Amino acid sequence: MAEIVLSVSGLTKKFGDIVAVDGIEFALARGVTAALLGGNGAGKTTTLSMLLGLLLPSAGSITIFGEDMLTRRHRVLPRLNFSSPYVDLPHRLTVRQNLTVYGRLYRIPGLRDRIAALAGDLQIGDFLDRPFGKLSAGQKTRVALAKALLNEPELLLLDEPTASLDPDTGDWVRSYLETYRARTDATILLASHNMSEVERLCADVMMMKKGRIVDRGSPQALIARYGRATLEQVFLDIARGGDVAQRAAAQ
Amino acid sequence: MTAAAPAPARLRVPTGDGFSPARVWAMMLRYLFLLRSSWPRTLELIYWPAIQMILWGFMSQFLMTNSSWVAKAGGVLLAAVMLWDVMFRGQLGVSVSFLEEMWSRNLGHLFATPLRPYEWVISLIFMSFVRVAIGVVPSALLAIPLYHYSIFTLGLPLLAFFALLMFMGWAMGLAICGLILRNGLGAESIAWFAVFILAPVSAIYYPVSILPRWLQYVAWFLPSSHVFEGMRAVMFEHTFPLGHFIAAAGLDIVWLAAGGIVFLLYMRQARRRGALMQMGE
Repeated sequence: MAEIVLSVSGLTKKFGDIVAVDGIEFALARGVTAALLGGNGAGKTTTLSMLLGLLLPSAGSITIFGEDMLTRRHRVLPRLNFSSPYVDLPHRLTVRQNLTVYGRLYRIPGLRDRIAALAGDLQIGDFLDRPFGKLSAGQKTRVALAKALLNEPELLLLDEPTASLDPDTGDWVRSYLETYRARTDATILLASHNMSEVERLCADVMMMKKGRIVDRGSPQALIARYGRATLEQVFLDIARGGDVAQRAAAQ
Repeated sequence: MTAAAPAPARLRVPTGDGFSPARVWAMMLRYLFLLRSSWPRTLELIYWPAIQMILWGFMSQFLMTNSSWVAKAGGVLLAAVMLWDVMFRGQLGVSVSFLEEMWSRNLGHLFATPLRPYEWVISLIFMSFVRVAIGVVPSALLAIPLYHYSIFTLGLPLLAFFALLMFMGWAMGLAICGLILRNGLGAESIAWFAVFILAPVSAIYYPVSILPRWLQYVAWFLPSSHVFEGMRAVMFEHTFPLGHFIAAAGLDIVWLAAGGIVFLLYMRQARRRGALMQMGE
């Protein structure tokens, strides 16, 4: 039986009258790469924010590594990390300074060696001493990934990890994530709009719509269930809420 | 699934339990890196206190020949302006370091680490101390050759005044950070003007007795009023006013507690509203 790393039950977030996340439930085992897939406003980023403890849920529970995230988040956070285009690193600090500050926040032993190793792995060595704000989008993404991997997280949360990247850099990031998961047996949960990315990386896909998980399965199983050729077509079926989607979800 | 595979050797990262001086140092390092990266920022820290001191120095020289009150204790206005700057810079030191995180949209990253809000607050307070030292010490030293006045002649009471005003500045800084967390960067100007609301009531350059009766009651609720009354007592009467010292210290405790509570309450509210992920320019 695979160890359950992340378990979510009845997770709900309301902003006034708006229900952003509506009682979702799921669990993820160690070593799995899973995706939250859905259109804009489906609740993906809100869900990730709650998993990180940056946003307090209105109801429900989150258990990570067997600890209640709402009351014991400081025991969990050293084993967790994330990357998101919605937050930034300080622009005036160099890449090395940024990584040093975050490395010290995680109290990483042998930090200098760790930064050197990540710089080699993620090919950021050439601009370690340049201000973060002066990097290209692709370089920033690699640095954000380096920050997310500083503590070698057992659970890695990624919000649109390849958004605004050119196809080459996007492919490179996806390959790196595959290697990382294989090497460390980490669990990766990503929120994405990119169907080909999800098909390639994820064994488990949760389709979100209006704050709910409306369907779940492997990319292949979802494609077969909806009678479509690609995950993108499945996504469109669900987003548009047609008969096919209702029948498939009922199955 | 790979559950049956042996667990790979992992990086051993300490747990996030309890207070960590290392995390406080990490945050200080972040602000020190920033300060070091920009000489205009460092210059700005020194510039305003120096300009204030120069203006009030000339004003003092003029008033010493035209005012018997100022003539009795040369340097009373200079001491007042420098001590007021301690409080203002103390408050700004907390608020501006905090604003740096807002400007760089970095709060989401910070609070996804094991950093605790109170560890961050301690780092902000340390940085405030560093900023005050950079800003006020050069002014104090410059006043010696320019106006033949050394604030250090106040002796040990100077340390007490300095500490009491810093505490008040930190209390205000924390409350202002809370308000900015609550209202977003649109409210950042509060950091620059809030302290000046208290300036007229703090009796910086004149005794509390000058204020209207009802405003005197307000003034005695400010630690700063007791400090400036105490400063004048040292300079005019050459006595250390223990009563003012105790009153200012007691009020500082209340102010710091209130500032800390406001900050932590709005921090929690920011987590409820999802503001930590969204704050930024």
